[in-house]
Amino acid sequence: MSSTLSGTMGGAMSVTAAVQVRDLGKTFTLHNQGGAELAVLHGVSLEVRRGECVALDGPSGAGKSTLLKCIYGNYRTTQGSLIVGEGENAIDLATASARQQMAMRRTTVGYVSQFLRAIPRVSALDIVAEPLMEDANGDPDKLVAARRAAETLLLRLRIPVRLWSVPPATFSGGEQQRINIARGLIRPRPVLLLDEPTASLDADNRITVTAMINEAREQGAAIIGIFHDQRVRDSVATRVVNMADFK
Amino acid sequence: MSEQDQPILRVEALSKRYGDRLAVDQVSFDLWPGEVLAVVGESGSGKTTLLNCASARLLPDSGRVDFLTRHEGVVDVYRLSEAARRLLARTDWGYVHQNPADGLRMDVSAGANVGERLMALGERHYGRIRQEATQWLSRVEMQEDRIDESPATFSGGMRQRLQIARNLVTRPRLVFMDEPTSGLDVSVQAKLLDLLRTLTHQLHLASVIVTHDLAVARLLAHRMMVMKDGRVVEQGLTDQVLDDPQHPYTQLLVSSVLQP
Repeated sequence: MSSTLSGTMGGAMSVTAAVQVRDLGKTFTLHNQGGAELAVLHGVSLEVRRGECVALDGPSGAGKSTLLKCIYGNYRTTQGSLIVGEGENAIDLATASARQQMAMRRTTVGYVSQFLRAIPRVSALDIVAEPLMEDANGDPDKLVAARRAAETLLLRLRIPVRLWSVPPATFSGGEQQRINIARGLIRPRPVLLLDEPTASLDADNRITVTAMINEAREQGAAIIGIFHDQRVRDSVATRVVNMADFK
Repeated sequence: MSEQDQPILRVEALSKRYGDRLAVDQVSFDLWPGEVLAVVGESGSGKTTLLNCASARLLPDSGRVDFLTRHEGVVDVYRLSEAARRLLARTDWGYVHQNPADGLRMDVSAGANVGERLMALGERHYGRIRQEATQWLSRVEMQEDRIDESPATFSGGMRQRLQIARNLVTRPRLVFMDEPTSGLDVSVQAKLLDLLRTLTHQLHLASVIVTHDLAVARLLAHRMMVMKDGRVVEQGLTDQVLDDPQHPYTQLLVSSVLQP
């Protein structure tokens, strides 16, 4: 894999950044609206190394969430390259197979979306523990450890114990957001994408989540996030990138 | 190569014609161990025909189906003897029908329905068969004391769970499912989806699920393929296809439902 990559980049450069976005473009073609084209991203280039936290800035509609979704492989890119991971694990999302993208999500990239997608009948605790349970491959000790880790996170994020066994569909916005953050952070990954992780949180929880983001970065994660709250941004970002600079 | 390094099922250029109509046109896909693939599309798109050709229930006009067996490497399914193919379908494969009555024997007890596949494998010890059947009934959340009742007395949801237990008792590694939840009430559907999600994961089952319900695909599948007029028009990670559909037909499908 690494040899193919250095080949495509002329061998001049090895992949040292955890995320390398080069001249990325994303255009939505709406076939059922007469083929209308929405060019959301154009000429986006960005490198993020481990231990960095880049805050994406710019007004709504500037493509911040779209960029995060492209890096997670949720949206497909229209132009450019998007190299995620380092060394042998590096893949270019513009050309990677579905199987490589699935492996990337398992090993390299975590994504905390703005809203939790609850699963009917699955408890808050299991939703949080699931990424670790997937790694457990049925090993009972690891399954117990996954649950323990989930409990620790739920306690830290002040989710009342009586809610742990309840599916989070009926939780408040702030509770759902904390479940989503816990699920996104339970398994440390080299790259972390955060879409407004503190938007619905009260002051205490905002401070807790800010601390968790900083811990993840200090442990070596490359973080790219959207933080509308100025205080949060100031306390987590090592660099601010304005989307307008790419236009 | 270890099992993880090669597909468990490889379908190559399958085609099936009904008279003048090409129901499945040169469809190929790989399925990896533990992977759930959803095949979506409207009725008449060829998805059930594809499922039946891939699962050796319906002879395709052309194409090839390779399966990675437990002990004998990769076999070309349509080159196996009829007997070997039937044994495969009864042991290492499962097939869940939309209508449970098509996959169950309605004139024998629930326990006999589950035990039958074990007997086909040569198990003759009544106590062991009954014990296994009881375990599987509880695993699909059925009351164990209904083991001697006929499925004819069961609700639709219970019948579907029984059909799943009947399929899984031999620990297959690959299960084909044709609209497994579509005949059921919404609340019953949620329970069944949760069960399928848990079981496919716990048993590391590879599965091809045909469904017209995009929410089912979202919940169960790692990857999806969209079919129209017998052809695959789009495929990718499930959330990718649903959140950023590329093909006009997929865009129409996704925009036509309330919350995929």
